[in-house]
Parts: sequence; structure tokens; C-alpha cells
Amino acid sequence: MRYVLRRAGFFLLTLWAAVTLNFFLPRMMPGNPAVAMMGKFRGKASPQELQALETIFGVNSGQSLPAQYVHYLGDIFTGNFGTSLFFFPEPVSQVVRSAVFWTLGLVGITTVFAFALGTGIGIIAAWRRGGLTDSLGPPLLVVASAIPYFWVGMMFILVFGLKLQWLPWSGGMNLTDTPALTPSYLGDVAEHALLPGLALLITTIGTWTLTMRNNMVTTLAEDYVRMARAKGLRPHRVMLNYAARNAILPNLTGFAMSLGFVVGGAILIEYVFNYPGVGYMLLQAVENEDYPLMQALFLLITVAVLVAILLADIATAISDPRTRSSR
Amino acid sequence: MKRTLWRALARSPKATAGAILLAVFIVLALFPGLFARDNPTAEAYPRNLGPSAAHLFGTTGLGQDVFAQAVYGTRQVLEIAFGAGLASTLIAALIGVAAAYLGGFWDGALSLFTDVVLVIPLFPLLIVIAAYVHNSGTGVLIAVLTFTGWSYTARQLRSQALSVRSRDFLAAARVRGERAAYIIAVEILPTMISLLVAAFLTNALYDVLFASSLQFIGLGDPNSVSWGTMLYWAENNEALQAGYYLQAIVPGAAIALLGAAFALLNYAFDEIGNPALRPVRAPRAGRRLASLRTRRPVNA
Amino acid sequence: MLEVSGLTVEYAATGNAGGGNPVRAVDDVSLDVKPGEFVGIVGESGCGKSTLLFAIARLLSPPAVVTAGSVTFRGENLVSMTERRLNAIRWQNLSVVMQSAMNALNPVMSVGAQFADALRAHGTSSRKAVAARSAEVLRLVGIDAVHLGSYPHQLSGGMRQRAMIAMALLFTPDLVIMDEPTSALDVVAQRSLMTQIKELQRELGFAVIFVTHDMSLVSHYSDRLVVMYAGQVAEAGLTRRIFDRPLHPYSRGLLEAFPSIRGAKVHLSGIPGAPPDLSVIQNGCRFSPRCPAKLPACETTAPALLDREGTSVRCLLYDPAPAPATAASLSLTRPRQSRRRRND
Repeated sequence: MRYVLRRAGFFLLTLWAAVTLNFFLPRMMPGNPAVAMMGKFRGKASPQELQALETIFGVNSGQSLPAQYVHYLGDIFTGNFGTSLFFFPEPVSQVVRSAVFWTLGLVGITTVFAFALGTGIGIIAAWRRGGLTDSLGPPLLVVASAIPYFWVGMMFILVFGLKLQWLPWSGGMNLTDTPALTPSYLGDVAEHALLPGLALLITTIGTWTLTMRNNMVTTLAEDYVRMARAKGLRPHRVMLNYAARNAILPNLTGFAMSLGFVVGGAILIEYVFNYPGVGYMLLQAVENEDYPLMQALFLLITVAVLVAILLADIATAISDPRTRSSR
Repeated sequence: MKRTLWRALARSPKATAGAILLAVFIVLALFPGLFARDNPTAEAYPRNLGPSAAHLFGTTGLGQDVFAQAVYGTRQVLEIAFGAGLASTLIAALIGVAAAYLGGFWDGALSLFTDVVLVIPLFPLLIVIAAYVHNSGTGVLIAVLTFTGWSYTARQLRSQALSVRSRDFLAAARVRGERAAYIIAVEILPTMISLLVAAFLTNALYDVLFASSLQFIGLGDPNSVSWGTMLYWAENNEALQAGYYLQAIVPGAAIALLGAAFALLNYAFDEIGNPALRPVRAPRAGRRLASLRTRRPVNA
Repeated sequence: MLEVSGLTVEYAATGNAGGGNPVRAVDDVSLDVKPGEFVGIVGESGCGKSTLLFAIARLLSPPAVVTAGSVTFRGENLVSMTERRLNAIRWQNLSVVMQSAMNALNPVMSVGAQFADALRAHGTSSRKAVAARSAEVLRLVGIDAVHLGSYPHQLSGGMRQRAMIAMALLFTPDLVIMDEPTSALDVVAQRSLMTQIKELQRELGFAVIFVTHDMSLVSHYSDRLVVMYAGQVAEAGLTRRIFDRPLHPYSRGLLEAFPSIRGAKVHLSGIPGAPPDLSVIQNGCRFSPRCPAKLPACETTAPALLDREGTSVRCLLYDPAPAPATAASLSLTRPRQSRRRRND
């Protein structure tokens, strides 16, 4: 229990750090983007919106830095992220909402799948040392993980989208469709998600497989695995209950750490495939210099990663009894 | 120990392949003029040509020679890889080892700091920073990548240093009266050489990928010559849709090859450091047992 | 009941520092164990005793491989047995106790679950029967059954070790193989554990192969002793006999390294030097570089295992017919063939 509390505390601390970072970044940048921005919108925005911008950038607000900071924190906690500059006058929270579902679906499902599949392959590869899986798998995956995500995406578009014309390669759905829970719509969504999903899967699965395999190899040399063999247990029971259950533990924490990379990859994949998720929106916001939206999206991504990490920590606490006892 | 390290490296096919690839790129970066005749930025040729004897990989949408761009672009990519890779590994080493060695409050504080930096998603942060800066050149990219990329390695080095810390030769150094800085630099770090090299290779790999990605989405300096910017322009000109595949394939393949070089070397180092990971030839159970059954026991 | 014959275990060359030669960790070792017997195997670290143990139980991991010999257990050859038959025998007739219970017990499973694993693998399926038997063996070693729900890290070192022994006795096997189970304990705990093992042995009648580097410890409790050096058997026979009159210079050295708590204060002697690098094929006796009783022939002729009044010994000192080559080299003055003073 203490362990979970400690991790929750870490979660809050990092969240605070991210929020604070968000606050200070625009103020630290050379060339003061804030002032340039303000100039651009001076004529077009209403006084309230200007005020929102000023809050974000702390320009002309007449408040001291600490006061601005407190104000900013207050806004964040009440969910007031300001108004989008590009999708003017829609508030940011609304703009973001639509994108969240797309990303959750694509990235969420693919990541879980990649983790499960990669871990499984890693276990088998380590169990059959010297077999085909072990000699081919790791080197192939090592090379595969060195390929930039977006390039894989582009190649997929090239081969499956343009040349073979098997699958659509742009957008989340056909533009003419209206969202509904009909099989045809869902089927269409699935079709559009296939290529980006596969691209994401291929590029992320390498890390899981490799680390799981290496962990398994180390674990298989442990005495308790030998003991399990000595007890005459069936091989697959030894492999799963004794070896894999221990080998996966560092992977769970590693899962958390590499989520950052997964997010990065997801952003690029969405960009390449024009998939209307959070990542795509972030890049568009950058292009349109829509800073409030950009900041909100950054915070959103950070929170998502932190939550995932917290979940992984809880999973570790559940699977490893050593963390539960107070050390 | 060094001699066996070199020998082990030379015997590993992965290390050799990786090293050769890397060497090729380094040569290209140092002497681009030897390999590519054209000026990479000169928009001198007809646009969107296919591969030919005059243009090995064709030309871009602006009439530049793709091959020349690829060769000259190597330099910037390697600058970023080695620059940011070395810098972040160094910072990680200092922070990680100091945390492990100093222990107590300092360890707690540094570790917490490392963990927080680690957990904040890297790529979105890079995007946000690059968005504020506009047109990041090589220097900015290196700086940004360094300051965001050291945390994972710092954690690794810290745990390795922790296991080294309890060894006797350090106690001996302390008893001799050496200062903490000396102990860290002269006693601890050399034992972690292989880990440091592996960390450098990992960092270099990710720096190449991240930098190219940033340039690809347009946050780099679009006028510089680099593989990432080549991809940016290819995407801009809708090269894939229009059928000019090489414009997109070539820079991507280059990135993949360089990345593979780093990754292979890294993998080889992993195996050397941890012999349990080396490839094992599975014994042919049937054959061995058969030979044993026919043997007569030796008299005891 | 157990007959090991000419067992040889090699570590396949990894093509690295070994220079390509396979390392022979166990070289042509033979020994046998009668029912209820306590056999001790002693030797320095790296002499191959643990490898021998694992080879007998077929628990070797790559790159270690049995390349010659047989292990006949209750009439069947373990080395050539199928995995399925082996699994049936494992634990029921032959169980293992390892050096460190912290490493030998699965850290993420409760002690009771690990007991249950073994029980279920061999037929006991009802929850009640599993719980009853587990509690019973724990009682045998003096641990309360409530600890079945604990995890290994929650038990003390001594308790863990005893729990491991209890687990080994789940099926009252014919033979229990123990790999230095007392090395991680302090002297007092060692003594109490050994006494307990002997008690259990008397009560349940199983045989024990006990591997250790501690000669004095095992000589108190074992019926027969096997002294190993550099993968080979140096001397083997009744413990009492070896203790009273060690034949091999190495056994002598081992015994003299341990002071007697009673009796006169004598000068302690160790055995200078270190065990040989097994990846380098040696001519002659492997102990010769460190042997105080070395003959010139020892460097060129590898001694065979000979029988001297019931004790096997591998030493040229007892070879009645030295090879012709040695006669010629004996034209030199016989060097220090000094018989060491025995420490009685």
C-alpha cells in the first residue's frame, strides 16, 4: 500500500513539473513568441480572448510572475485551457475532445497489443535458445527498431496504399461518413486504422521482444528455475510460472519508461497517415501557431503517460509481493 | 581486459557489420566531395527526374541532386548523433554516478529529478520547444536533444554504479583518503566503460531518429541539408503520391542504415558485457544420447 | 541404489577466452551410493562438485553437457532417460536442496504454492491433501504451518533453508542431493541444520549426497567421502579411513588446513597455489604444481584411479608400476618426497 501511495505521490509531483514547465517555456524562449503572437491577434480577438492569451503568456498583465503562476494553476485545475486560436472561438477543451477518442483507439489498442505480442515472442525466443526464433528474431527486431517510425509509415502507404491499393491510407474514416455505431462505419474505421496500427506495431514491438528475451535469459539461469525443473514440473509451467512471471517484472517498469517513445512514434504515424488524433492535432497546432491548443495537448499527453505509468506501477505491486512489504 | 574486448568485438559478426556501416558513413561525412559531384543545394537540374547515370537517385522537386543531398546530409546527421549522443551520455554519467556514489539525500534528490525528467514525454516536449524556437539549426537541435535525453541513461548508470560502489577497491580508495571527485572519475567510471559505450550508442541512435523526425515535420531548418529535411521536402512535394519514390526512400533508408549500425554495435556490446546472452547452439539431444548408450562404463 | 560411472561433463567452447577448447568440468567420475548412506563430496571452489551434482540430477544448463558416462538410479540410466520418465522420477525418488534458499525459491510465489506445485505435478490434487502434506513436512523441520502463506523474503535465512529441506522431503525420496546447503549459515545454525538432516535421515531412511568445501563439517556426518580436485576424483572411501589416514596429498592438505579444537597447537598449513585452468589440457597430474610430494613423473604421467585397501586414490605415489619414462627421470635425486607429519 505504501508503495502505491509513493507512486501516486510521484505522479502528482511530475504532473506539477509538467504544468510548471508549460508555464515557463513560452516565457523562456528566445524572441519572445508571446509578444509576436499578441501583435498578430491584437485586432482580431475579443477582449476576453486577449485576456486568456495574456494569462498564458503573462504579457501586459501587470501581475508579478508568482501571481501569474498562481492564476495559471487555478485555470488548469478548473479545466480552463483557454480558447483555441485556430479553431476560434471554440474553447480548447472542446477541440481536444474529438481527437482523444481517435488516439485512444489507435494508440491504446496497438500499444497493448504490441506489448503482449512482443513479450510473448520474447518468452518463446528465450525458452528455445538456439532455435529459429532466437537466432532470427532479435537481430531482425534490432534492425527494425532502428528504422524511423514515419518512414515505415510512408513505406506502408507506398506499398499497401498506393501500389496495391488494398487499404486506405489517409484519415480516420471516409470523409463522407457520419459517425454512428453501425457495422459499416465501424468497419470503415477499422480499415483506416489498419495501416497506421500495423506501422506503429512493427516499430514498437522490437523493444518489448528484445528486453523480454534478455530478461528471460537471465531469469532462466536463476536457481529457482533449476529447482522447478528438479521438481519435475511440466516445461510450460516452469516457463510461465517460474521464469516469465519473474522476467516480466522489469519489463513492466520499462513499459512505463518507453511510453514516452511510443507517444512520439504515435504522433509521427498520425501525421503521416493524416489520422485525426491528438498527435496530429498537436502538429497542426504547431503549424498554425495555436499556442493554447498546443499547450493543452502537451499537458494531455503528459497526463496520459503518467496515468499509464501509475497503472504499470500498480500492476507491479500486484505481481511482485516484494514491493508490498515495507522495506 | 581491453584486448579481450577487442578480440570479442572482432569475432562478433554483428559488431563487424555495424562497425563497417558506421565507418562508411563517417567517411562520407568527412569527404563528401569525393563521392558526390554536385552541389546539394543547387537547384540546377530539371525537377523530379528518375534515377540515371547522371543522377544516381534522381532529382528533387526543386531540381537538386538526391544523391548529393544524401551524401552531404550525412555530415549534419553525424554531427547531431555524436554531438548530442556524447553530451547526453556525459551528463548522464556525471549525474548517475554522483547520485550512486554520494548516496543519501543527494541520491534521493538527483534520482527524483532524473525520474521526473524521464517520465515527461520526450517527443511532445521537443515539438513544443522547437515550435517556440522556429527553424532549429544543428546547434539548437543538439542542445535540445541533450537536455531532454540524458535521463534514461542516468538511471542505468546509477544502478550500475550502485553495484560497483560496494566493492572493495572503492573502500580501499576511500581509506587512502582520495576525494569523492577523484574516486568517481578514476575508480568508478573506467569499470563502466562498456555500459557507457552502449549508452552512447543508444543515445546516438535515438538522437538521429528524433532529429530526423523533428526535421521531417518541419521543425528543423528546412534550408539545411540533412536526411530529415529531405524527407520534409519529399512530403511537401507529395513525392509518394506523384510517384517519385526515391525522394522518400533514399533518406529514410539512410537513416535506417545508420540507425542499424548503431543498433548492431549496441547489440554486440550487450552480448559481450553479458555472456549469457550470446548465441547458443542447441545440443542435438538425440544424437548425444545415442552415443552415450553404446559406451561401456569405465571401471571405477 | 545410485551408480555413477565414468561421468564427464564439458562446457562447450564459446570461442572466446578459452581459445576454443571445451572445458571439462567433470572428468571421468565414478561413485556409488547405497540406500540410506550419507556420502560427502568435498573440494575447492571450481573443482566441479556442483557440476557433478547437477549432472547426476540432469539439471545442467547450456553450455554444460554430459559427454560420457552413465548415472544408474534404481536400475535406470538417468543420462539417457526421456524427459517424461525423468519428470516422473524427479522429486518423488530424487530431490535437490540448493545452496541459497533465497535464490532457490521463487520470489513471487508463496512457500505453500511452491510446495503445492510439486505435489500437484506428481498426482496429489485435492486441496486438503496438499495442505496436509505441506504442513506435515514443515512440522518435520520445526516450522509452523502458518508460514505456508508467506513469501520467501518474509522468512528468516535459517527458516528458508529448512523450508527448502522440507520441500525436498515431500515425497520421502530415496535420495536427496544437497549442494552446500549450510554455506550461507553461521556455525551454530550449520551445526543445528546438520543435526536435523541426520535426524531426518535416520527417521525417514533416505540417502544423501552432500557437496561442500568444508571438509571438517562433512567428515562428522558422512559415511563415505569423495574428494574432488580439478574435475577428477582424487580420493574416495570410508570417511573414517580417509580422516585417519588421508592418502592423497590433496586430502592431507585439506585436513591439515583445519585446526583441531583439542590437542596441541600446530602450525597451520594451507595449500599454496590455485586450481588449474581447466580450459588448458594438462599432461600429468593436475595437482602436481601444488603438490608437496611431487615426483618428476607427476608432470608427464596422469595417474589413474587405484584401489588401496578399499579406498580409491589417484596419485602416482601409490602406483606400484610406474611407467618406464619415470624410471629414467628418476635418475635425478628424488626430490621432496617428505611425508608430512599427520595431524592427529
